[in-house]
Amino acid sequence: MSLGLLSLIVLGLAGLGFFVGRSRALAVVGGDGRKLHSLPSYHGQSVALFAALPAFFVFGVWLFVQPILIEGSISATIPDSVIPEGGALSLVMADVRRIADGLDALVQAGSLTEASIAQLSTGNTDIRAMLAAGGVALGSDVPQAVLVAATEYRTLSGAGRLAMTGLVLVLAVLGLVLSLRRITPELRARNISEAFVKALLIGASLVAILTTVGIVFSLMFETINFFKMYPAKDFFFSTVWNPQFRGGSDLGILPLLWGTLYVSFVALLFAVPLGLMIAIYLSEYAGPKLRGLAKPAIEVLAGIPTIVYGLFALVTVGPLLRDYLAQPLGLGTSSSSVLTAGLVMGIMLIPFVSSLSDDIINAVPQAMRDGSYGLGATRSETIRQVVLPAALPGVVGAILLAASRAIGETMIVVMGAGAAAKLGLNPFEAMTTVTVKIVSQLTGDTEFASPETLVAFALGLTLFVFTLGLNVIALIIVRKYREQYE
Amino acid sequence: MSDISFPKGAHAQKSLLVLDARTRKRNAAEARFRRMGLVAVTIGILALVGLLSSIIANGASSFRQTFVNLEVYLDPAKLDKTGERDPAKMAKVTTFGYAPLLGRALAQAVEAQGISTEGVSKKDIEALISKEAPATLRNMVLANPELVGQTISLQVLAQGRVDGYFKGRVTMESAALDRNISPEQLEMADALRAAGIITLGYNWGFFTAPDASDTRPEAAGLGVAILGSAYMMMIVLCLSLPIGVAASIYLEEFAPQNRWTDLIEVNISNLAAVPSIVFGILGLAIFINFVGLPQSAPIVGGLVLTLMTLPTIIIATRAALKAVPPSIRDAALGVGASKMQSVFHHVLPLAMPGILTGTIIGLAQALGETAPLLLIGMVAFVREYPGSPPEGFLDPASALPVQVYNWTTRGDPAFVERASGAIIVLLCFLVIMNIAAIVLRRRFERRW
Repeated sequence: MSLGLLSLIVLGLAGLGFFVGRSRALAVVGGDGRKLHSLPSYHGQSVALFAALPAFFVFGVWLFVQPILIEGSISATIPDSVIPEGGALSLVMADVRRIADGLDALVQAGSLTEASIAQLSTGNTDIRAMLAAGGVALGSDVPQAVLVAATEYRTLSGAGRLAMTGLVLVLAVLGLVLSLRRITPELRARNISEAFVKALLIGASLVAILTTVGIVFSLMFETINFFKMYPAKDFFFSTVWNPQFRGGSDLGILPLLWGTLYVSFVALLFAVPLGLMIAIYLSEYAGPKLRGLAKPAIEVLAGIPTIVYGLFALVTVGPLLRDYLAQPLGLGTSSSSVLTAGLVMGIMLIPFVSSLSDDIINAVPQAMRDGSYGLGATRSETIRQVVLPAALPGVVGAILLAASRAIGETMIVVMGAGAAAKLGLNPFEAMTTVTVKIVSQLTGDTEFASPETLVAFALGLTLFVFTLGLNVIALIIVRKYREQYE
Repeated sequence: MSDISFPKGAHAQKSLLVLDARTRKRNAAEARFRRMGLVAVTIGILALVGLLSSIIANGASSFRQTFVNLEVYLDPAKLDKTGERDPAKMAKVTTFGYAPLLGRALAQAVEAQGISTEGVSKKDIEALISKEAPATLRNMVLANPELVGQTISLQVLAQGRVDGYFKGRVTMESAALDRNISPEQLEMADALRAAGIITLGYNWGFFTAPDASDTRPEAAGLGVAILGSAYMMMIVLCLSLPIGVAASIYLEEFAPQNRWTDLIEVNISNLAAVPSIVFGILGLAIFINFVGLPQSAPIVGGLVLTLMTLPTIIIATRAALKAVPPSIRDAALGVGASKMQSVFHHVLPLAMPGILTGTIIGLAQALGETAPLLLIGMVAFVREYPGSPPEGFLDPASALPVQVYNWTTRGDPAFVERASGAIIVLLCFLVIMNIAAIVLRRRFERRW
């Protein structure tokens, strides 16, 4: 029985339980709903829950545990002789699984019977050719021990599947019948179903925690593996980044960090004054008409995907800077450069800085402005000497948030900054960043045993720590500042 | 007293109507500051205009395509030697068997029009037609073997350089340096266009065709990418909306104020600021390496994007729930509803427009996200359409933004046009989603 069908049957039983439970609740009180503690549909819901939940719980746990148990017992029977030189047990087990799947497919197609499988042996049949006909391609010929393991695997998982199906169905029916018999006018069915819904809600809110835990663990785990293969001292303090896929690479993070910080610095140098001036102009000077037009237009910039900015850097800004600035000045010949990426990233950050500062400037109490005007200050003097100093902590927070955005940005630097890891000062030269290297080390053929691949996790962890730190500081500053005026 | 506090010369200014130097300076500073602000706003808007117009200028031409109209004689001697019209046997003839037929048809048309063939060999004439065309013709014939022996009129793709020539990307000068095309071939293409054999038409294939190899930019389309993106959005919607709403309801309506709740809230706001590429690493480590889901599959992309979208949806939903006045809850509780009933029967329906707006904006964000998808293998070259859901969720597919990135890494400049065209398509989807969000908010949002 397929898994989908099984879950459909359990769901069907639960649905049946709902209707039967509802009518039974009414029948218990002779059709007079007022005598029930809970509305009839709550009785139906609780019956459906008791039918479905235990069954699905066992279903899920079984699906998770069964392969682990079976793999354990099968891999114990595989002799060392069939494990190829330099290969691993897991590869042989993968073959075992594929052969078992292939046999299943052949049985389904009708070209094999259960009886003939029991008599299969590598001596009298070409297993590889037979499976290839069934749509399963194998890398090499099949040793007898592997074939035996595969048939054993099939038998065990078949038996396990059968037992699971039986248990799940029994549990569903049992839950249905027992909960139906439990229905009395006094039964607090609503509380049961509400407790269940509340558990669901709590579970959903835990997803956020689980995600963070998942991020931290997956990064930590592989980073520790990486540091087992590559000395941490070299990673943090070496100034050379030169991965070699044959081993013996230099994986120093410093040039990448330098590139990241340089590009982010250029971006902030562009975005912060512009964003701040835009926020000031729109909140202090602009009339409602201009504000109504310019504010959404600037905010559109925030909704544009970063790949669009990346393409803009690649086909427009990069060649433009190269042809009109870098080459005439003799500073470089590359269209991807720190300045290209920084400039385009700056455009991306403008709405970020401007809308955050806008909020902060608006939060400065009007009384402070009025006091300044009353002393005879002009508008710009008020802004520069009263509003901005008052808003400074908030603005700093906004800049930190923008900086964390810039450090974590990927597509713009992948397409605009280049791939050469360098420690240089010339902004017209191509440099590379942490995110670019994460992408280039993890795309393509990834084998999770070499330091060249695992370094991406260490880079990711560095990035995560950096951005998290910036965010936490920024949030603390912004929160403190808000409290000050509220 | 006033003699002391007013130094001499303070009254040198005679009239209030004439500004003194200091006031003039201050006023000039004021005007300067104001101008700076205006310049900043202008730069911001110019950046937006420049960005959009550069993309549109580069990409608009990808919606038009150069076609060659031919009368092709399907020679039975070449295509079906047995004469049985058996597709299984005819499949032995590869595309190399079909290419000469197209070449001959074009050569005949050239001859019939009396176009000079000076400096253009037979092979060069055949090269005006896309390398994709024989495959198209072959599929057509195999699907309908009865066509063999007939003369059919057919519209096939022209070669990428010819396409580029009519769109202004390729010029006579660049053709002289190009291995794939010569100026003589372009002159012939001009003549063929005048004769109506080469035409420019609307490029439907751009939306439906799968990706094509490096040498056939004219055949590359977004079919697989649009499908893959649609699958991922389905997964994101089905997972992130219920989970996000449930989490927000708990945090906003039920959660007690304690450390634990605080932890969850801080967590959510931090997750919203985690760089997207870190989510890609998470997807690679957990969903692909640990759980064992296949690479390049929409389900993995969908799950990763769900985790990324959740904070957005939770933040929007909580704001929407907060906006429902407490009097609604009190009234429901007052007539005997349970807490759960008051939330699900009264608060949630009233908050729904806000929730949906937030969801659409979250989805729009997810649709444009690229970096995490690169890490989970969506960047692979995929020519097969994924199957129908739910099995199709496990098939390899591409995604719109990743397809853009993929095309920008290819050598042929024709792919830049395609990439910009793909971005226009992506932006159109985003505009539609955002307009839907705005309409939803305008029409249904209630203010108390």
